[in-house]
Amino acid sequence: MNAPMKNAPANPGRRKAFADLARFGGGAAAAALALGAFERQSHARPAQTLRPPGALEESAFLSACVRCGLCVRDCPYKTLKLSDWGDGPAPGTPYYIARDVACEMCDNIPCVKACPTGALDHALVDIAKAKMGVAVITSRETCLNLQGLRCDVCYRVCPAIEKAITLELSHNARTAKHAIFEPTVHAESCTGCGKCEKSCVLTDAAIKVLPLELAALRQDAHYKRGWIEKQKAGGALVDAPVKLPTRTPTGEPVPGIK
Amino acid sequence: MSARSPYAEAYELKGVLASRRYFMLRRLAQAAFLLVFLTGPWFALWIAKGNLASSRTLDVLPLTDPFVLLQSLFARHWPEATALIGAGIVLAAYLALGGRTYCSWVCPINPITDLAAAIRRRFGIKQTAKLRPEFRNYLAIGVLILSFVSGTVAWELVNPITALHRALVFGLPFAATGALAIFIFDLFVAKDGWCGHLCPVGAFYGALGKAALLRVSAGGREACDDCMDCFAVCPEPHVISPALRGGKTGASPVIASGDCTLCGACVDVCPRKVFHIAHRFDHSVTHVPAPTISVTSESTLAKG
Repeated sequence: MNAPMKNAPANPGRRKAFADLARFGGGAAAAALALGAFERQSHARPAQTLRPPGALEESAFLSACVRCGLCVRDCPYKTLKLSDWGDGPAPGTPYYIARDVACEMCDNIPCVKACPTGALDHALVDIAKAKMGVAVITSRETCLNLQGLRCDVCYRVCPAIEKAITLELSHNARTAKHAIFEPTVHAESCTGCGKCEKSCVLTDAAIKVLPLELAALRQDAHYKRGWIEKQKAGGALVDAPVKLPTRTPTGEPVPGIK
Repeated sequence: MSARSPYAEAYELKGVLASRRYFMLRRLAQAAFLLVFLTGPWFALWIAKGNLASSRTLDVLPLTDPFVLLQSLFARHWPEATALIGAGIVLAAYLALGGRTYCSWVCPINPITDLAAAIRRRFGIKQTAKLRPEFRNYLAIGVLILSFVSGTVAWELVNPITALHRALVFGLPFAATGALAIFIFDLFVAKDGWCGHLCPVGAFYGALGKAALLRVSAGGREACDDCMDCFAVCPEPHVISPALRGGKTGASPVIASGDCTLCGACVDVCPRKVFHIAHRFDHSVTHVPAPTISVTSESTLAKG
């Protein structure tokens, strides 16, 4: 217990190493935290920006995309663009806006083939199975068909006509003598290519392609729809109606009831 | 306020061309690495597609930046073989060619920081914020940790290198703002601030450089007259001393530090040809004839 020795470091090198770690490590941690806050922001992708065919779900996509732009280069229709600062999607990542240029759904899917990392999933070989988004009638009040007119443009341009979009006939209550041909999207066949949105004749498209998570297509698992369960089981899930005992005082059958 | 150019003596003794050889070669290389990506969008003549993060040359050769891919791996994504092969090729190339050769021969930020450093020398701007070169190593580690925690290729959100390359190759004007910020930072805030102290990409390639084959050697160190010109032009001056001043202790003349960018500025600027590009096992030192002998030979010549 020597007083003058108390403050002298036993190992000056180690003390310096700790000091350096605190200083540089602290600085680096502060920088990384600031970057981390920015990283959170990069997940906020505007709804009108769609990812290329085969793109992984957004957070997986951001772990895989190296922002090389090879998909953009190999897109023959210049549909895909790389995101600049302020465009919305994480800087340098590919996207397209259907209202500007829709996806032409190439049979050989060159954008997916070009991706070196698999951010665009190479398992996608049939473009009809792509899910870039899903079309939704976002404005029923302005859609011409829903006013009882025969526009039909979204239906006609759909590459999966009669599968992804059908026209559902109903009575036109306004005129009481015409029909309404309602464009109806069937999500399971819709690739989200955006042809419908691109071609909508209105100034503001009445049909829009939304990212899947926004279109809310998930069916809650706890809702059992009887007709589907019945189909799955190959027959009724419960036995025929239970036969209740007759409770007349004499036990005689009631007339009219078996 | 202008300062004396460190190149003045080299120009006098070696001529301007010989004193700017590596500088010109580097600018040519940097221009070439940009042009192979630009002939496609400009003239529909596709040599390299993509950008510095990942590319495909002549439709066969895949190249991927290993630091970008490393972040993706840390973000828990297992990539397709193309990216792995591409990163392997780049890794092997830099292990042979010197690690931070990327910084001074390929990186598009380098001409910008070089320009800031040249303006600093020309106008004698001395003030500089105190930063330590080790900081970038910690930042590189921080970036990898952040990639893991956030599950994203974290540095690519802000990386001014690939952003500038994208800006030029894909025509995205706002992506170039980071490069402009670096120019201002290097010019007014800290000397060699970005490349020398902060850039985590340089830190990564510096780590490769520690094992790389191609190195600068101060093999002619016996001819050194301590003019200090190499220290004035070197973007990482601390790498020079151990090799240049190692004569007394018998240390190798090879610049071993991974921080050396193999820019060749020391080779260019030295009027006495102390430095040359060598490999890491070349420990030879050229012995300079004693001054008396040269006097004798001159007098012999005069007699002859």
